[in-house]
Amino acid sequence: MNELLIEAGRTEKQYWRDLWRYRELFAFLAWRDLLVRYKQTVVGVAWSVIRPFLTVVVLTIVFGVFGKMPSGGVPYPILVFCGMLPWQFFSTALSESGNSLITNSNLISKVYFPRMVVPASSVITSFVDFVISAAFLGVLMVWYRYVPPHTIYMLPPFILLAFAVSFGAGLWIAALMVEYRDFRFIVPFIVQFGLYISPVGFLSSVVPARWRFLYSLNPMVGVIDGFRWCILGGQHKVYWPGLMLSLLMVTVLVVSGIWYFRKTERSFADII
Amino acid sequence: MSTSGIIVENLSKRYIIGHQRDASDALRHRLESAVRNPFKWLRGKKRQLDAGREEFWALRNISFEIKQGEVVGIIGRNGAGKSTLLKILSRITEPTHGRIRIKGRVASLLEVGTGFHQELTGRENIFLNGAILGMTRVEIKLKFDEIVAFSGIEKFLDTPVKRYSSGMYVRLAFAVAAHLEPDILIVDEVLAVGDAQFQKKCLGKMDEVAKKQGRTVLFVSHSMPAITRLCSHTIFLVKGELAAAGRPHEIVRHYLSDGTNHPAERVWTEREAPGDSVARLQRVRVCDQHGNLREAFKTTEPVEIEIDYWCLVRDERIVVSLHFVNEEGTILFCSNDWNDVSWWGTPRQKGLVRARCMVPAHLLAEGRINILAALCTYNPDAIHALEQDVVSFQVIEDPDSRTARGEYAGVWPGVLRPWLQWKANYISEAASREASPGLSDRAGAQSPAEEEVTLP
Repeated sequence: MNELLIEAGRTEKQYWRDLWRYRELFAFLAWRDLLVRYKQTVVGVAWSVIRPFLTVVVLTIVFGVFGKMPSGGVPYPILVFCGMLPWQFFSTALSESGNSLITNSNLISKVYFPRMVVPASSVITSFVDFVISAAFLGVLMVWYRYVPPHTIYMLPPFILLAFAVSFGAGLWIAALMVEYRDFRFIVPFIVQFGLYISPVGFLSSVVPARWRFLYSLNPMVGVIDGFRWCILGGQHKVYWPGLMLSLLMVTVLVVSGIWYFRKTERSFADII
Repeated sequence: MSTSGIIVENLSKRYIIGHQRDASDALRHRLESAVRNPFKWLRGKKRQLDAGREEFWALRNISFEIKQGEVVGIIGRNGAGKSTLLKILSRITEPTHGRIRIKGRVASLLEVGTGFHQELTGRENIFLNGAILGMTRVEIKLKFDEIVAFSGIEKFLDTPVKRYSSGMYVRLAFAVAAHLEPDILIVDEVLAVGDAQFQKKCLGKMDEVAKKQGRTVLFVSHSMPAITRLCSHTIFLVKGELAAAGRPHEIVRHYLSDGTNHPAERVWTEREAPGDSVARLQRVRVCDQHGNLREAFKTTEPVEIEIDYWCLVRDERIVVSLHFVNEEGTILFCSNDWNDVSWWGTPRQKGLVRARCMVPAHLLAEGRINILAALCTYNPDAIHALEQDVVSFQVIEDPDSRTARGEYAGVWPGVLRPWLQWKANYISEAASREASPGLSDRAGAQSPAEEEVTLP
């Protein structure tokens, strides 16, 4: 039997062992959220498809028809959807994990488990939505008789990157939200704003060359560009310096997220 | 420690109470100070206590040790720090000073039904709750049938929990928690929830967990009978400090005699004395046979109730009536002072009367007894003063003497516990040798053709 030492200000190795021991809880909480979401609904799971579908329609009209953004020879809806897919994942993950600690406050004040499980399971829930939307993308591609190039096999690392961005940002917001409920209003604003400045409705090649590097400070730029490259291939070349910068930003986001979360975690039960 | 256990050293916990402050100030204030001193914020230096914030020490310098297999009860008034102590031991909140060394797997039950989601069915909630409390899916599956059987809600397993009655809810929640198999089980006053039958089930299960499975149990309770029955060790907290620790009976007695309000005595000034122009109560107290005010009695001791009252009218035969009521509100028995035949016949004058009622030993069961006192006259019937729950006292089992429960340490049912006269002896020798094992041995039983069974 291991001896556990509880002391003020002590970060435990135990924590990471506990995260492993409680690994099933990640799945359980995500399962619970998904189940609850669709209980007593008639439309049910179809909601996860309707939402991206509607966004694609709106963006196609706004940017494609009215804005007349260049689409580089690919059906515009597919172009938009490629950007939409990771963005939708990130934005739902951000809002849900941000609120996750507050919604689960009764658990946090009454049971012990590594608190990181809570925002992480929200990211997993959003990932399930992502998978469903990706299936919808497949349907779109069949509809437009579009065959993706071989670069599609490079998709998994970019999915992982999207996961990392969502997780890092989610941890930050979740921890901040516990003490400062102001973030409840700030997050939807970030998401709205982000939708317009990230290359979802348009291509990043639209951004003038001298701003391209700075533009990549937004970690989602690298992710979305990567998705486009994998799925659409050809001219949607990845801007490598930008991608490197995005990678760096993502790493900083995740590491700092974990640090801040762990630092404030001990007082969650007291202030939630 | 080679076996499971807990060692607590100089544990303290401080909370900072913020006095009423505009919520929007919080972030703005923090941002301002962050801008002014960015590095100070990053290093997480102790924040200065500004005006309007006060320190509250929930626990101060607590030290104790719990060994494997002990059942420890934590008692104290509300606000003494019991729940905070449990929260720290359960790692839900961190200590401010001090350290704790825990060996063994810990499971805490601080609230019944933690993590239950109203929209999910009973079946789904069993898995969810089990996972939250630390069981793996495999464990839950293995114990699923046991849990369902213990809770008694087989029929409703697939309906959403929001449709359950509160009793079903609490039974299901406890059923899951009862099947955790930790080395150390920590339970908060969850036993306060639920009806009396449920509480008995909980106590029974905790007893089983401790005595039969040899696990360590740490629980908080306000029920002194539960503490004296289950615990091998008791800790008494007062305002965050360890006031006493030791054998349950002594500590419980200390707890009950502590405090400024004596529930065993009630005195009124002339202005507030309950009653009317015929009779008024002056004082009611509970004492032992020597007249000493006491609040706790062993089942082997007689209890005396003393009532002082004013008789304000001549020749009016005022009767003192006492009702003895238990914790569940059941009236155990009533008694009137007309049982004192000589007093009944005495002519009444104006003045202060003292009536004493002696309840014999070996009658009352363990628990809290509340007294209702009334002053009445009859023919015509009138109640002149009535005070419900005027005084109360605790009855505790005497571990050192012979009582009705003998050597049995479990739950003993019944609202009264008289020690009755039993007499047992053999009535027939032959029948006991010829009857086959299992048949009841009644005088005149038909067992003619049985073969003779040789007893080992």
